[in-house]
Amino acid sequence: MKKEKSINQEHLSVYEVFIRSNRGLDHKHVGSLHAESPEHALMYARDCYLRRSEGVSVWVVNAKDITASQEEDIANFIDPMDDKPYRHATHYVLPDNVTNM
Amino acid sequence: MKDNQQNLIRFLIGLGDDSVVLSHRLSEWCSNGPYLEEDIALSNIALDYIGRARMFYQYAAELEGDKRTEDDIAFLRNEREYTNLLIHELPINDFAFTMVRQYFLDVYYCQYLLQLCESTDERIAAIAAKAVKESRYHLKRSKPWIKQLAEGTDESRERVQLALDELENFVGELFLMEEWETQLANDKLVVDRKTLEANWNSEVQSFLAESDMKFPDSKIQIRGGRNGIHTEHLGHMLSEMQYLQRSMPGLEW
Repeated sequence: MKKEKSINQEHLSVYEVFIRSNRGLDHKHVGSLHAESPEHALMYARDCYLRRSEGVSVWVVNAKDITASQEEDIANFIDPMDDKPYRHATHYVLPDNVTNM
Repeated sequence: MKDNQQNLIRFLIGLGDDSVVLSHRLSEWCSNGPYLEEDIALSNIALDYIGRARMFYQYAAELEGDKRTEDDIAFLRNEREYTNLLIHELPINDFAFTMVRQYFLDVYYCQYLLQLCESTDERIAAIAAKAVKESRYHLKRSKPWIKQLAEGTDESRERVQLALDELENFVGELFLMEEWETQLANDKLVVDRKTLEANWNSEVQSFLAESDMKFPDSKIQIRGGRNGIHTEHLGHMLSEMQYLQRSMPGLEW
């Protein structure tokens, strides 16, 4: 077998993969992959993350399109929420018929 | 009727051979893919073809009266007993060649299997119905690759062209019928592959034309696969594929 040099990987972007495991549920982040284009990313997501029928719907998002909170901002971005228990819905009782919450 | 039964077994083993041989070729990319994701994707397709081969072999073994198993058929016949169409056995070469061959076969199988769904043999129709869905996905994957390689760098385009040139003598066999297969086609058990050629040509040529490429129309078409006459490559492939079962007969895992 002829040894070929590998395809130039500089063109690849990282895509984050989100899968909805069942109708009615929301998409959950399951991992990431490299791909040439969004179309390829969707197919790779199918082949890498759905091969055992893990879901009914897939999103792929180019990682560079995600705006994320920064670790160094945690002090003023997240912490102020810690002492506001009245914002939690813990006092409501869920009806029995409500599932998946 | 007995004749038809023999022909049907021959037909099923031929299709099983097509699948198992291509599957092994694709599996040669496992751990050698251009990058991890493509490696997994190609291996997945190899698995689809293994599944297909099993369905054909199992049905053939049942019709034979369970004298041998699907594993016997796959692992204990030599290359002269293999009856795959030659295009399946050509070495994987480079990635461009692998994908051009795949694209050609994906177009072929999408058309062929769709018609095979109409077989008067329910079992064959059911296998075709399952397999055609897989091939539609394979085609969805191979098409953008051909476009990307053909319109990519000078080198990738040249490699696509080389692949097209190398395949020009091996496509015709896809549409050549053996006499016994024509008998089955007359009984609506199988598809007359001859009737697919015009459609295949127009679909492939118009797609390649989008990238300003052309599949050469060769007058020389190599045939022999269905009669056990192969290229030099199949024997080497089988020696690797069958090694374990040959050296440890009856091995199970």
